[in-house]
Amino acid sequence: MIQLSINGEARPFPAALTVLQLAEQLELIGKRFAVEVNGEIVPKRLHAETTLNDGDSLELVVAVGGG
Amino acid sequence: MTDLFQIAGKTYHSRLLVGTGKYKDFDETRAAIVESGAEIVTVAIRRVNIGQTAGEPSLLDYLPPSEFTYLPNTAGCYSADDAIRTLRLARELLDDHKLVKLEVLGDPQTLYPNIRETLKAAEVLVKEGFDVMVYTSDDPIVARELEQIGCCAIMPLASLIGSGMGILNPWNLRLIIEQSQVPVLVDAGVGTASDATIGMELGCDGVLMNTAIAGARDPIRMARAMKLAVESGREAFLAGRMPKKLYSGDPSSPLAGLIATK
Repeated sequence: MIQLSINGEARPFPAALTVLQLAEQLELIGKRFAVEVNGEIVPKRLHAETTLNDGDSLELVVAVGGG
Repeated sequence: MTDLFQIAGKTYHSRLLVGTGKYKDFDETRAAIVESGAEIVTVAIRRVNIGQTAGEPSLLDYLPPSEFTYLPNTAGCYSADDAIRTLRLARELLDDHKLVKLEVLGDPQTLYPNIRETLKAAEVLVKEGFDVMVYTSDDPIVARELEQIGCCAIMPLASLIGSGMGILNPWNLRLIIEQSQVPVLVDAGVGTASDATIGMELGCDGVLMNTAIAGARDPIRMARAMKLAVESGREAFLAGRMPKKLYSGDPSSPLAGLIATK
């Protein structure tokens, strides 16, 4: 069991997972989003090989309407 | 006659840039933006609403980046660090996209920009290769510093964000326009079509607005009004207006050939 902080909210996961696996679980595949893990951006090409560890803090963002 | 407009080396036809916020739904957003003729649209970067966004349409479905040039902004950022972080995320999100709108706010009530933080963020972003269109106050000295840092467009406010108060200090805008080698766009404060026209008549290269369109009773009609207003102001600027005088004593109809009067 690991705990991740995603957009300021604590979320438990049964085991360590990659950014890509997380995106699948959150139904983000096919959407444009960007990820920061512990303050560092993880580029798309590294999503499949970046493993998230217990205690990691993530920011997941999208583009929304704004002026 | 073609009158093209260049920002960061790319050519555009429309001098109206629009925001994508505050519309009733995405259909209205798209309809208004298409009607405005805008080619550059601002977007905000926000946290994914986990669990609630799955399957829902997104702004990008309605305004595909293949059709519009996105201008991610830093709306809501109150420090250089937050603004820089937001735009780095935007660059990743939009596949190495470099054209951005930097705005660092200083006060939540007035949304007046924090210039110290804006200058700090601009320096870092320009060094990192971003093409920075910068929202700022209408202080010409600050505008000059932002240009020296390497911003690709200077965007002074006409009046406060969302106020619809129009162009309150045309003379400062003129000073900025006259000194700048990069495009100057009025950003914020436009309330109605005449405001946009006045900005363009002053010699601005473009106008950026959101609430003036989204907050109109009929946003789609106002989008069209703004398109015409910006075009009209630009044409008037290029045409060169007649000088103002208190009186002329020179009527438009000939003095000769008047019928006899008693």
